[in-house]
This record gives sequence, structure tokens and C-alpha cells, in this order.
Amino acid sequence: MKIIVCVKQVPDTSGKVAVNPDGTLNRASMATITNPDDLNAVEAALVLKEQTGAEVVVVSMGPPPAEGMLREIIARGVDRAVLVSGREFGGSDTYATSQILAAAINKIGLEDEDIVFCGRQAIDGDTAQVGPQIAEKLGIPQVSYAAEITKEGKTLTIKRMLEDGYMTIKVNTPCLITCIKELNAPRYMSVGGIFECYQKPYEVLDYEALKDDPLIDPATIGLKGSPTNILTSFTPPQKGAGMMLEGADKATCEKLAGILAGKHLI
Amino acid sequence: MDFHLTREQEMVRKMYREFAETEVKPLAEELDEEERFPMETVEKMAKLGMMGIYFPKKYGGAGGDVLSYAMCVEELAKVCGTTAVIVSAHTSLCCAPIFEHGTEEQKKKYLPDLLSGKKLGAFGLTEPNAGTDASGQQTTAVLDESGENYILNGSKCFITNGNVADTFVVFAMTDKKAGNHGISAFIVEKSFPGFSVGKHEKKMGIRGSSTCDLIFEDCIVPKENLLGKEGQGFKIAMQTLDGGRIGIAAQALGLGEGAINEAVKYTQERVQFGKRLSQFQNTQFQLADMHTRMQAAQYLVYAAAMKKQNHEPYSVDAAMAKLFAAESASDVTRRAVQLFGGYGYTREYPVERMMRDAKITEIYEGTSEVQRMVISRAMGVK
Repeated sequence: MKIIVCVKQVPDTSGKVAVNPDGTLNRASMATITNPDDLNAVEAALVLKEQTGAEVVVVSMGPPPAEGMLREIIARGVDRAVLVSGREFGGSDTYATSQILAAAINKIGLEDEDIVFCGRQAIDGDTAQVGPQIAEKLGIPQVSYAAEITKEGKTLTIKRMLEDGYMTIKVNTPCLITCIKELNAPRYMSVGGIFECYQKPYEVLDYEALKDDPLIDPATIGLKGSPTNILTSFTPPQKGAGMMLEGADKATCEKLAGILAGKHLI
Repeated sequence: MDFHLTREQEMVRKMYREFAETEVKPLAEELDEEERFPMETVEKMAKLGMMGIYFPKKYGGAGGDVLSYAMCVEELAKVCGTTAVIVSAHTSLCCAPIFEHGTEEQKKKYLPDLLSGKKLGAFGLTEPNAGTDASGQQTTAVLDESGENYILNGSKCFITNGNVADTFVVFAMTDKKAGNHGISAFIVEKSFPGFSVGKHEKKMGIRGSSTCDLIFEDCIVPKENLLGKEGQGFKIAMQTLDGGRIGIAAQALGLGEGAINEAVKYTQERVQFGKRLSQFQNTQFQLADMHTRMQAAQYLVYAAAMKKQNHEPYSVDAAMAKLFAAESASDVTRRAVQLFGGYGYTREYPVERMMRDAKITEIYEGTSEVQRMVISRAMGVK
């Protein structure tokens, strides 16, 4: 059994966002972190590894310096890493990215008992599209917004967290799950993991390595193959701290109503 | 000397920082106020390999290096002096002498549990009448009639991790006439008959750490628990303290750096006379001096750690690192309190705790005066 986890290196949003003239992010000038939801996906995979002895493979698409992020993920306990990297892939939107990642997963090999984990969404694009699109390209079932996962044989029982409640779904492997932060608390890198991480297997898949996959078509990858057009990118303005009223009594409700009325909201 | 960190060292420091900020800093004030030992943090550190950083995986260690251990103590001390000394005493004073002087059987028996953090370690050298003059040991160890066990009698004081440790490296006289050469080292388990832990000291700083007396009343120690040979105890103790000084120097370094971090943050927020404190030249010059001192201390500490890692003589380097880092930490934390003014004197802010924690680094594991003796002797000054 194998678990493949897709991760993305994203700009650290605690710093300032820099944008290229074409509207894409100027990633080179920004500090980077592993996308937070993706660390929940890594943790979910490591928990299953502890329960089942599965091999965990982490895969990312990005420039060569993304190796540092992947090594850090290996240091948390992942078995090996695959970086999908090539000029042909640059500028890909979610559609093109999911084509390429699906091809990479085909190359790694997705078998009957295997699972793909993704984070719900990346904090830079905020689309939550890549995970589901990968599942579509691979032709496997997907369950998004996983807040709880249990596994019995080939069946995963997943509690999805939705805006208005929970939904529990059973799905058989192979499948793709997108993870949310409520699922778990990602572990730290361990000292032993860190001192071993550069000895663990690390593979780079470039265009040449993937080009024979039917999903890899020059017309559907990279900036040219991306149907998305970005109108504008900006740093969202900081919101002020909200006001919290506590209590279920009449006085508190009246106070709340008074504040809302004062702002002409009711 | 090349001070560039390897990619693994950079990565491990990032992990320590994240761990210290998230898991250690939020507890620091409470541990100090309540004099509470942070067992829950020790368990977390154990899982991450922080209780056996520079020892081989073969014995359950994390396979790291000495500098990575020093950086761990440094990063912990930036936010909590108590947590830092727990790691330092366990690693340098118990795991290290067993690793460096133990037989293969002793290493296999004791190191896996110690290095994985399942068990905690401590070191028993100091006695009420044998502090800086460690040769004045009054604890005795005598082989019993069967020749199978040593019988230990006496007491130790100021033992870090005393009432939480499972395994102790203890020193006792096996031949009183031989002076220093009559001291021997033993591995003592807390379950050995005749061993008990005495009173807990109430301290000025590092108040969450355990500091206790150890009492030996006809304590039976199997002869296979003799560490090294009979009469080698003093040498083992001194070598152990050389390594320990790197840990304490790193603790002092972290305390000073932590106080600077707090002072930089505070002086950029606090306004007096219509200006932020950081806009006054006094603040700028004070912080520049503080930072320069701690940077110099860091070079000394890292140099000593790298020499130990490379199996070069490092005794004098460790003494200089500890002397300078400890005195700098006391100076820098005191200045930080001064920059905070009245608020710095309150327990609402962490700098007064750091100042109290820093003082002990000038005293334990060899006072600053002992370090000066080591350094001047190495210079041939008699």
C-alpha cells in the first residue's frame, strides 16, 4: 500500500505579496512555507503509515529550490519525495497543474490499495481546485474537506466538514482525499528525521520523464495551456479585530441589535 | 573556523525554534511561578529525538552532532531557562559519560532508554563539602564481602533533575588515601536499595527544574555498574563537566538572546516623551552592545561544540565559552530589565525571569572562577 501526498510551496503570507506584471505571483522575491493544509495531508498519511505500514511518497510541482521543502517533509517521517519540475510546466493554472500532477502520480504508480492525499486549498491561489481535478484526471473517487479519517481494509470512512454540518462518506481505494486543518495537528520534524532526510530517495520528474503520458500535451500544460486569466492580484487589506459579545441573555441580544441598528445593518 | 551551518543544522534549528515558540514559551511563566517540572514537554521532546541529539542511532540517539545539541539548548533557553537545563543536564551529564566511558554492556543497557527520553538522567558529584573542590568527596563506595556489589554511603546536593531522573552517574571515594585518584564513578538506578531523593531546593531562577539532594544509605550498586575503572572517577567527572559547559554556555547564550528579543520588541512599542524607546540613542547603543556580546558568545559556544564534535581538545574552549556566555547573559538580561524600566521589574514581563535564570549559569557546572582557573592554567600562568 502506498500513500501519495501532494504538497505545494507557497509564499509566506505573513510577509508582503509581490506580483509580476502579468498578474502571476513573483515567488522568487517572497519567503516560502509549505502550504498549511498540505501539512495536514502529510500528517494524515503518516498516521495511516503508522497503522498500516504503508509507504508515503510526497510529490510537489515547483522550481528546483522546492527540494528544501520536500526534505523537510521527509524529516517528518515520509519515505521519499518526487519533485515535478521543468520550464514547460511554469505558469500552470489549476487545470494544467492537475494534469501534470496526475501524470506524475501515474508515473509513481497508483495501485488498487493506494490513496492520494491533498490539502484542501493553497493559501496563495485559494482555489481548492487542484485536488479534485487530479482525482478527475486519474478517474478515481474523491472526498473533499476530510475532518476525520478511519480505514478498514479497502474502505475509508471520512467525516467531511461542510459549512452547515458534517457528512460521512465511505469510499474504497484507490481514492483522493482533500484534508482540512481540523483533521489533525501536523507533527514537527524530528532530529533523527532531519539528519536522515538527505539520504532518503529523492527524484525529479521533468517534461521528458512525463511526456509520454497522454495527459501531458503542450497545449494543456504551462502558461500557454492554462485557460485561467488573472485580472489582478493584490494583498487584501487587514481587517480590524472583531467585537465579541458573550451571553445568551436578553440584555446581550439587545446590545447586539443596538450595534447592528447603529450601523444601519438591520 | 567555518561557522556556516550545514543544511541539516539549519533545518534542525528551524524545528527547535518552532517547537520552543509553540510548546515551550507558553509554559515558561507558569513553570517559574509554580516551580513545576514540565514533564509533558520532556515527553514531547523525547518523541522528537531531543533527549539524545548527538548520539548514534545504534544506541537510540538521533544521529545528530554536538552543535545541533548546543543549538537546541540555546533555542529552548531563549524562551525558558528551565526547559533548557533539563535537556542539558540529561544529555551532557548523564548520557555523555555513559556513552564515552561505559562498557558496551552498560551502553546497551542504559543508553536506549535515556537517549529516547523514556528515562531521564542526572549527575551526582557535588556534596555539601565538595563543590568547586570536587576532590573533597565524602561519599564512599566499598565492595561488599561477596565482591559483587559496591555499598555507597553519603549524600549529594544541588542535583539537577534529581527527583525526576531514573538513572544517575554518581561519584564516590573507593580509596580515601588516594585523593583524586581514589574517586570512582557509578551508574545508579533510582530503584537500587538504599537510594533516596532528599529535599528539593527553592531557587532564585530555573525554578521549574528539579534540584535535589541524593541520599545513599548502604545503597547497593552491582559492581558491573562501575563506570570506567576504580580511581578514574575524577577524570570522568572533569571530562563530563567539560562537555557540560558547552550545554550551560548554550543555555546562557539563549537566555541573553531571548532577553534581547524581548527588549527589541518592547522598546519599539513603549512610548515616552512622544517617542518610541527604540528611537533614543541610549536604547540603540544598549541593544547594540547587548547583541554584540551575545554574538561573540555564540561564536565561542559554537566553536567549542564543533571542536568536541571533531574530537579536538576543547576543554579550554568550553571554559571560555561558558565564562563569557554566562557573564554576558547576566549582564544582558540585567540591561534588558533596565530598558523595560518598572515593567521589567514586574513578573508581567519575562525579562526579570531571564535575569534570575541567567545568574545560575555563572555558578553551576563550574563557577566563572573555576573557568578562569582552567583558562589561565592552559596559558601556563601559575
